[in-house]
Parts: sequence; structure tokens; C-alpha cells
Amino acid sequence: MAPNLRILIVDANQVRAAIIEDGLRDAGYEQLIRLSATTGLVAAIEAHDPDVVIIDLEDPSRDALADMFLVSRNVRRPITMFVDQSDSASIEAAVEAGVSAYIVDGLKKERMQPILQTCISRFNAFRKLREELEEARSQLDDRKTIDRAKGIVMRLKGLSEDEAYALMRRTAMNEKRKLVDIARSLITAAEMLK
Amino acid sequence: MTTLHLRVGFMPLVDAALLIAAADSGIAQAHGLALELVRDVSWSNLRDRLHVRLLDAAHMLAPAAIASTLGIGGVTAPMAAPLMLNLNGNALTLSARRFEEVARVAMGDLADPSISAQALATLVSSRKASGLPPLAFAAVFGFSCHTYLLHDWMALAGLRLGEDIRLTIVPPVRTVEALASGEVDGFCAGAPWNTLAVEAGVGAILHCGVDLMPDCPEKLLAWRADDVERRSEAVARLNAALVEASHWASNESNWPALARMLAAPDRLAAAPALIEAILCGEIVQGGGRPPRHVPSYIRFDAAAIRPDPAYADRLLAAMARAGHVDATPDLVERARAIFRPFAEELARR
Repeated sequence: MAPNLRILIVDANQVRAAIIEDGLRDAGYEQLIRLSATTGLVAAIEAHDPDVVIIDLEDPSRDALADMFLVSRNVRRPITMFVDQSDSASIEAAVEAGVSAYIVDGLKKERMQPILQTCISRFNAFRKLREELEEARSQLDDRKTIDRAKGIVMRLKGLSEDEAYALMRRTAMNEKRKLVDIARSLITAAEMLK
Repeated sequence: MTTLHLRVGFMPLVDAALLIAAADSGIAQAHGLALELVRDVSWSNLRDRLHVRLLDAAHMLAPAAIASTLGIGGVTAPMAAPLMLNLNGNALTLSARRFEEVARVAMGDLADPSISAQALATLVSSRKASGLPPLAFAAVFGFSCHTYLLHDWMALAGLRLGEDIRLTIVPPVRTVEALASGEVDGFCAGAPWNTLAVEAGVGAILHCGVDLMPDCPEKLLAWRADDVERRSEAVARLNAALVEASHWASNESNWPALARMLAAPDRLAAAPALIEAILCGEIVQGGGRPPRHVPSYIRFDAAAIRPDPAYADRLLAAMARAGHVDATPDLVERARAIFRPFAEELARR
């Protein structure tokens, strides 16, 4: 079945919006419109007349969007939040992933399910990617801190690199603290005593 | 007593004060709670996150709790409120330019809402006669006391919000910008946004909420309706903590400390002095007028946090006037059930 639906993606995060667009395109949806501006939403929706609106929960204009769908006469066809009481698990998954969907009244839920699933999995994938990136960044920061502290120990105690590292590790183990915490304390102390 | 961990969602507004005071002053801890506050960006999010239990409870607009419980507006998520979080706190702000225009045509004291509404009506008809676009006012959520304050104020001069004047929904964080850019001519919102608009020099406060709707049931503490009884221990502890926070926040010697807590970057991220002035009811007005002392500008006292089922009657009547609902006796009954005076039970314990 050619899923001939017009989908509007409202997401201030350009990268994630692109990832979602790719996912939906792979699933066979062709009429995709991306919007990142939180202003001018009303005009955009009037102009594009979408069947489905996907919105990032971090976008503060969600309340305005919901209200526009409900009471405004600007929208040609009534649009309601996609809430399927018989399948609250997918709603839970969507809210947890950080995405919400609004659909044109009368659109069959079977047609909406694959779109929502794609958005949920792409939102989750994006979050995982961001978490991994943050993790990698913080590991790199820790590494730099430890190297700096090692340098201080080498200089002050006249030790080799390996010896300085071993001393810091031993101290961390004895004090049941993380190596990076010991390193931070060393740097703070060295700066105070400068 | 084992500590209970609770996640409670809030919007960065002064009326989240009791939640913030309970969490950040050690009061919650003393009541056996690890109270984690989660800042959010929209009321729709708070409703949905509460509904799927990503949150245990949430800071909520009283009319939004009613709409969500009754299923007005497409989503049914029944809520119950064992406590109110405040009364009042709103204000109606005009752009500097519209304030000047309204002041120029006012036939009497602008502080009188019927005079100011009449002045607005004069402006509306003169704009119509000159072929200018209709005025636009913003509220921060459709089902809110802000919408109803605007509606009822305009009705004093026979104006219809949504017909004679456009209503647009703007998130609180964008209110000042929308006023400055001329996207809207005025807005009604909670603290600190009106004060921020005056301080930024782009707006003038025309009326405080108390001038239009005294003892306005503004925000409540929403739980999922089915959780209130099921999780009675958690509800009781959070109630106890908030009752103590209310007592603490009602003592004016604690206002500087409360203002500092609210001002924190992960709370409202605003200037402590500005928040303290709001807590004291010292309201800057703009438009060349001196600050005004409004003692009940925002209320957190013991009487203010008692949920009264009569609030449902008042709010449904306001919603009906705005055309949001037909207040049938059945709906009134269901809406009354949201306001559960648990605080009194607590006091009797």
C-alpha cells in the first residue's frame, strides 16, 4: 500500500528531524515537510494541510499547536492528538521517547501505527547516539584530567609516568574513590599551592 | 520510615513555589521524601507524562485538569488534586503602544476594569473603521484562567474574545518577545512574565488577576485520579510537605530565601530581586505609573492551598462562558470530584 500521507515534522533539532525524515522516507512516505521554526506554525499548517503532525516534546509551542487544532478555524480539517486507548503502550513509548503525534480526524489508526513506530525508534536511536557522544566526551575529559594530575605528581615527586600513575591508582583504591576524583583533588590542591 | 522517591513535574513559574520550597529547603526530606522536580516546557507534556506515569504528580492549571479529566479537547486523562498550589498570580499586560492608546481613550480611571474594557472596545471599533487588522491577545494555554480572565474582562464591554479580538496561544517563555515584536497586543499570564515584560520596557500591566477574578484557583497539584487512593502514603507525605512549605512561604521573613530558591538556574532562572518583589506583592506597572502594592497578588497560605469543590463550579461556569463546554450537572459533578480536600484529613490525623 502506498502510504500517501502528508507528514509535518516539527523539531528544533535539525539533525534529529533529518534522521526522522530519513526513517519515514525509508518506510515509503514521500510527502514530508520539516519545520524547525517555532513561530509561524499556524501559517505553515494552513499552507501544508498535513494529515499527520509529529512534534518534539521539547518544543514549547506544543500547547499552541494543540490549541490551534482544537479551537482554531484556521485548520481546514480537524486534527486531534493521536491517542489510541486500546494501545496505550505505544503512547507510553512515544511520550518516553519524547515525541507526540497529531492526526487528521478519521485517519485509521492502522495507518498511523507504523509512522509512530518509526518516530519512536528514531527518537530513541538519536537519544542513544547523543548519550554515547556525551559519554565519550566525558571519558575524554576524564582522561585529560588524569593526564594533567599525573604531570603534577611526576614534577613534584620526581617520578616516572608509570610510577606517578601507579601511585594515583593505589591512592584511589585505598580511599575507595575514582581515579578521576583523585586527579581533580590533585589539580585543585596544586592550583591552591601555586 | 523508608524514603519515597517522587518525580514531580513543574513549569518555571512563581506559582511552582511550594514544590520548589519543599524540594530545596529540606522540608520534603523531613517528610520522608526524595522529591525530584522535573522542569518541563508545556502543559500538554506535563499532562501526558503524568498520564503515562513518567511523573508521579504535576504542577497543573486548574482548568487544564478539568479539561483533561472530562476529556474536553481530545485527550482524556483523569486527574485529582489533593491540594491547590496557589491562588491568583496572573496579570494582564498590554504592549507599551496599546497601553498608551487605551489610556488616551479611557473615560475615567483605567484601574476600573469596566472603564479599561470600554477603552479597549473604543480602540477595537476605531481600528475596524480604519481597516486595521483586529487586535490579538495571548494566553499560555487554551484551558486556563488566563483565557477566562481575558474573556470575562472583554465581555464587560461586550467584546467577544475569538471574534472581535484574536486569541493566540503563546508559551510563557515567548510572551515578552511576542509583545515586543507586535505579534500580540497584550497577554495574560502568570508571574514572572508580566513583570518581565514591564522590566524589558515593552509592556505595561493593565490589571492584576485579583482585580478581575479574586481568589482565582490558578494551579493545583495533579495526580492521576486512580493513583490518589492507590498511593495514599505517597500522597499524604507530599501533602504534609507542601502544607509545611505553605506555612514557611507565608512568613514574609522567608521571602528572600524563597526568592533565591526560585531564582536558581534549574528552577526559574530569573533575578532573585524580581521574584522577591512579586512575592511581596510589589508590582511594577510600567506606563509611567509607580509600582503598586497588591497584597494578594499571589497566595500560598493555608486557606489558599485547600482544594474546594466549589472551584469546579466557578471554573466550569467560566469555561461555559468562553464556549469551551456546556456545564451540565453531570460534568459539574465529575469536575467537583477533582478537588479533594486531603489536607483537612491530614490535619485531623
